[in-house]
Amino acid sequence: MMTKAKKLTREDVAHIAALAHIALGEAELALYQEQLSAILDHAAQLQELDTDAIPPTESVLPLRTILRDDVPSDDAPGLTLPVEDALANAPAARDDCFVVPPVR
Amino acid sequence: MSDLYDLTIHEILDTLRRGDITSVALTQAVLDRILAVDNVLQAYLTLTPEAALEQAEATDVLRAAGKDAPLLGIPIALKDNISTQGIETTAGSKILEGYVPPFDATIVRKLKAAGAVILGKTNLDEFAMGSSTENSAFFPTRNPWDVTRVPGGSSGGSAAAVAAGEALAAVGTDTGGSVRQPAALCGVVGVRPTYGRCSRYGLVAFASSLDQPGPLTRDVTDAALLLQAMAGHDPQDGTTWPEPVPDYGAALSPNVRGLRIGVPREYFAEGLQPDVERLVREALQVFVELGAELVDVHLPHTDYALSTYYLVAPAEASANLARYDGVRYGYRAEGHFETIGDLYAQTRGAGFGPEVLRRIMLGTYALSAGYYDAYYLKAQKVRTLIKGDFDAAFADADLIAGPTSPVTAFRLGERTADPLQMYLADIFTLSQALAGIPAISLPCGFDADNLPVGLQLAAPALQEARMFHAAFAYEQATSWHKRRPRIAF
Repeated sequence: MMTKAKKLTREDVAHIAALAHIALGEAELALYQEQLSAILDHAAQLQELDTDAIPPTESVLPLRTILRDDVPSDDAPGLTLPVEDALANAPAARDDCFVVPPVR
Repeated sequence: MSDLYDLTIHEILDTLRRGDITSVALTQAVLDRILAVDNVLQAYLTLTPEAALEQAEATDVLRAAGKDAPLLGIPIALKDNISTQGIETTAGSKILEGYVPPFDATIVRKLKAAGAVILGKTNLDEFAMGSSTENSAFFPTRNPWDVTRVPGGSSGGSAAAVAAGEALAAVGTDTGGSVRQPAALCGVVGVRPTYGRCSRYGLVAFASSLDQPGPLTRDVTDAALLLQAMAGHDPQDGTTWPEPVPDYGAALSPNVRGLRIGVPREYFAEGLQPDVERLVREALQVFVELGAELVDVHLPHTDYALSTYYLVAPAEASANLARYDGVRYGYRAEGHFETIGDLYAQTRGAGFGPEVLRRIMLGTYALSAGYYDAYYLKAQKVRTLIKGDFDAAFADADLIAGPTSPVTAFRLGERTADPLQMYLADIFTLSQALAGIPAISLPCGFDADNLPVGLQLAAPALQEARMFHAAFAYEQATSWHKRRPRIAF
């Protein structure tokens, strides 16, 4: 049995890109329309399988809840960063804050 | 005697412990080797020679004072998606170019504590997304066995560096095969540990339910040594196992009499390069000669692993990579913006390469309203079936064997045009990752073009010792791991 995915439209890809906060040009929209459609078409094979009674894999680990006392730990270096370290990689920073360009 | 840079860690440790050489001399020999070959191979993105020699000297001082440690004075390389305090960490992406982490990943902290000397950071497919290292935003890495071919990926820089003598060992990360597949294509040993055996704290996140760091080495003994230093519970990663790490070295025995090795028929399907099939089957016969038993097993959902992986991993990536917004670190687009959303979209559109964009969009779609059940939830259910296949197979077999990659190293540019063709390079390494179980790739021969072939052995969760044991026994009976590439410039 072959299941085909519906081919994505240009508008579908533009919508996905907007959801993902990605600016794309017309040529890229067309390219990803083809490529994403081909990948989704391949993925449509999963619909062959009856999974109604199958639980999804939430985790491959035996699930457990991990609790600890809410205190800073020497066992966890880097758990908190000094402000200057946190800002060191910022494209722009001032007065202990990240700076973004004005919008208009 | 071989060149220093071509020896294994355990051989070198013996000479270091005898005082026959120093770590400074060893590290310098490896740095010289890098200078000689890396302009062609391009395995490294960042080299830290001064810091490496300083660390080497510090380990020599410790050793002179009678101290020892499992990797004391051993120069290694780290894949550039592993955070290193004070050393640029790009994940192979323009969006992280210039980013200098303010902390070490837990595995880096542990490797340093074990005495390792850090040589630098190795090339990878951008954000570890790829199977050839051609998706690096900076440059491709070349295979030391044939410089017109890819080293595999995404840990291609790490695999090429180890194969070429540019590091005694390296660390990679494996989300769907990114340690094992390049290890196979470069003729070295590569290990994907059980999910949660090594901490992910400080790895640049790709797919959080799949990512695991693992060693790339010249032989099985070295892989056991390196994993021993990396593995263990980490309070900063809630997905690490609290179970104690066994002594992997103690498991390395050549006696595999009675061991049951499962051979799934699904791993010998069409599309497998004939040389690869022949060499893997010959490797299985070596196990038979050693007294192990081959068992037919069935992994009926193998054909669905590719589709499952390429929905689950991109979905998780789309969430993890949402953090790259051009505000707190990394690249920011230039220009005037109507809204803050414009700043994000322009930054992300220009900062991510094509494969990363493809996967973010695929994952966004699979998680979006109206498609979640059909794609993401469906894939997570099929993942349960794939894991169930292994649970059933391990009732009859102690290990599961097969090829690591369906083909040997392909040519640069050969698969870049069609994303699906590239995805097929990982066809044999995805299902173990989805099931969270450990697997090792080790050299088992060379094809007609003198390109290495990898044998893969997978074990049940937390049974790395069993996997090392069998791999060691095979290695003792063969000599493939002793071959070194002659790099043709």
